[in-house]
Amino acid sequence: MLQDTTTSRMKPAIALEGISKSFPGVRALSEVSLTLYPGSVTALIGENGAGKSTLVKILTGIYQPDSGVIRVGEAETAFPTALSAARAGVTAIHQETVLFDELSVAENIFLGHAPRNRLGLIDWKKLNADAAALLLRAGADFDPTIRLRDLGIARKHLVAIARALSVDARVVIMDEPTAALSHKEIHELYALIERLKADGKAILFISHKFDEIFRIADRYTVFRDGTMVGEGVIADVRHDDLVRMMVGRSVDSVYPKKEVGIGEPVLTVSGYRHPTEFEDISFQLRRGEILGFYGLVGAGRSEFMQSLIGITRPSAGAIRLDGEVLVIRSPAEAIRAGIVYVPEERGRQGAIIGMPIFQNVTLPSLSHTSRTGFLRLANEFALAREYTSRLDLRAASLDQDVGTLSGGNQQKVVIAKWLATKPKVIILDEPTKGIDIGSKAAVHAFMSELAAQGLSVIMVSSEIPEIMGMSDRVIVMREGRIAGRFERSELTAEKLVRAAAGIEAQPEGRAA
Amino acid sequence: MTAKLLKNREILLVMAIMVLLAVIALRFPGFVAPANLARVYNDTSILIILALGQMAVILTRCIDLSMAANLALCGMVAAMLNTAFPGLPIPLVIVAVMALGGLLGMANGTLVWKIDIPPIVVTLGTLTIYRGLIFLLTDGKWINAHEMSDAFKALPRQDLAGVPVLSWLSLVMIAVMFVVMGRTPLGRAFYAVGGNPHAAVYTGIDVGRTRFFAYCLSGALAGLSGYLWVSRYAVAYVDIAAGFELDIIAACVIGGISIAGGIGSVAGAVLGALFLGVIKNALPVINISPFAQMAISGTVIIIAVAVNVRAERRKGRVILKKAEAA
Repeated sequence: MLQDTTTSRMKPAIALEGISKSFPGVRALSEVSLTLYPGSVTALIGENGAGKSTLVKILTGIYQPDSGVIRVGEAETAFPTALSAARAGVTAIHQETVLFDELSVAENIFLGHAPRNRLGLIDWKKLNADAAALLLRAGADFDPTIRLRDLGIARKHLVAIARALSVDARVVIMDEPTAALSHKEIHELYALIERLKADGKAILFISHKFDEIFRIADRYTVFRDGTMVGEGVIADVRHDDLVRMMVGRSVDSVYPKKEVGIGEPVLTVSGYRHPTEFEDISFQLRRGEILGFYGLVGAGRSEFMQSLIGITRPSAGAIRLDGEVLVIRSPAEAIRAGIVYVPEERGRQGAIIGMPIFQNVTLPSLSHTSRTGFLRLANEFALAREYTSRLDLRAASLDQDVGTLSGGNQQKVVIAKWLATKPKVIILDEPTKGIDIGSKAAVHAFMSELAAQGLSVIMVSSEIPEIMGMSDRVIVMREGRIAGRFERSELTAEKLVRAAAGIEAQPEGRAA
Repeated sequence: MTAKLLKNREILLVMAIMVLLAVIALRFPGFVAPANLARVYNDTSILIILALGQMAVILTRCIDLSMAANLALCGMVAAMLNTAFPGLPIPLVIVAVMALGGLLGMANGTLVWKIDIPPIVVTLGTLTIYRGLIFLLTDGKWINAHEMSDAFKALPRQDLAGVPVLSWLSLVMIAVMFVVMGRTPLGRAFYAVGGNPHAAVYTGIDVGRTRFFAYCLSGALAGLSGYLWVSRYAVAYVDIAAGFELDIIAACVIGGISIAGGIGSVAGAVLGALFLGVIKNALPVINISPFAQMAISGTVIIIAVAVNVRAERRKGRVILKKAEAA
């Protein structure tokens, strides 16, 4: 309460009002507002895709809003470039810090505004002395002349903060700063945030972890689907209130989920573990089933899926496919066995842009389309035609390069490529991330269709509506472990968020 | 659309060669006589064979700087085999040096694949090692024409249906590479690995192994070229074909093979080599100094790259327009 009276009396350090931003086919932000006060930590909360990162990019001058105003102090302003945002005192500390590994700590802190001597050359003495002073203010006491690459992530954060202090930042944005930190480092970060508050900085703290939000934030702002659905003082709310604001909506009606008779187990995974990414992953996947994998970004879902198809090797664990024990050492073996993985980053990991459509489609199936070691183009065209027409691909010719297609059609090529291998199990990693609503619906309808045809589907998704709308069962992963299993009948958004964020679990710190 | 563009690139190159020939013909009509053009082709045969090997490597986003050194080492070994066992049939010598060249390529490929050293560093190192090996083998001594058997020297010149064996060999290699690149899973894998290595992994292609095979191929072709070079010029010593690796890469670049990987064709590599071959053969004829020749070759390379880069950029605009329309 005390906090509230102080902040409401204070002038905002920066205020966004009525900000909207659209991308082709997607309305990322709709009339949102956000106010940050000096000496106060505001938590920005929302699901993946709620518009948090778009907002950060507007705050740092990377995106321009379609409408709305930004006020710094009293004055209305605009950030047409990243530099102008930095000049206005807005600085962001990202999950992966954007610093230069090969430069010294001091050089990183003063890059672009290093002190000069009379000759216009860099004054190294002053540079290092000033850097040491700034590091002390940030609560660090290491030598500013060492190279950045020799520091751990936590200390790199400190360098980033010292850099923010060096330009006299008034607004510090921290985007999931604790994601890669150990328990001890997190507590050091909390201490640092307290110092920044005392210094009168306005801090925007983006996190999925409720325990740290309640530990460190003074205020909260909740986004959902690109709109602001609530804001206020942390002391006035409880976990449940925030969860409800984040997910509050009914979803099941819009998803084209088909009722499918679920058959016998197809894939059995037991005791999968990896030295650093995940452990004790066991589950069964049945014929015609869509099994959702939910969790926060970085919960180890993609890493597990990649080891399932042989890109990385697990340190222990066994797979049975149709009752037979299977050892998968490479993606080629996974494809042969009938397990395929449609990766998340389709631009980077999906299609080969400079290759014709038919060659993209047949790439994992070349052993079927070739004879005695030679490719049969007629077979390739036939296979490509069969699967692209099933997906209603719009292309003038199968001979044309994938790069000439629209994003949605490129997506269809990638899916056709995997279906053409005639898999038993298909793993879709974030199948609708970054595509427009129309294409999303098509992908969902298609997923239902696949399950109805007897294929078993694993769907990795960070979007609650998608998970709830499409899955027969859901496994929630958190920090590399299975944190919950839910049948479709017992699914609620609250349960998913709780399991993923570990709210009901004992408040234990992460091992270093 | 892009297929057309790609074809255009090769048609463009054919046209450039035509224009070049026409300009030369203005001053020296004899140059474009069929017999002389056949001679120019024959003279360019070795470069064509080498460019085909380099093309495979560049397609996978790698580079082979050691091809000329590999050629020199294999050429020397061929000459030594011939002087030590003059009765050994020449086809056996060829098979032996192709195998040796392939092994040297395997060394490159293994270092790139298993130890993950950047290709430019690996092949820069092996370039020096292979040249050094020649010196160790020979103490720096030359093997001269009179030490080689007549059969050894005669084979590339032998006439087969009016065309020398050297030209025939390059034609056969073009045909073989045409089939490998267009009709085998390995050729497809070269394109996939260079086009998008991350995506290739998920489709079950082993990126490192594919690169390894590309190096084996370029090594074997360098080995074959080693014999052809030594027998043609009838001399073998440490420094033969020194600096020729740059001509090979230049031929590929002029031929539209993208240094970024994934884009290129057999026809492009052949045309790129021919373009250089025409320049090299024509400039002395019209009395241009060798130094001006170098400057001209360099200029041509830069123009070729500029044209290719522009073609790629135009491709980008096409995508955007379509994405907007969709």
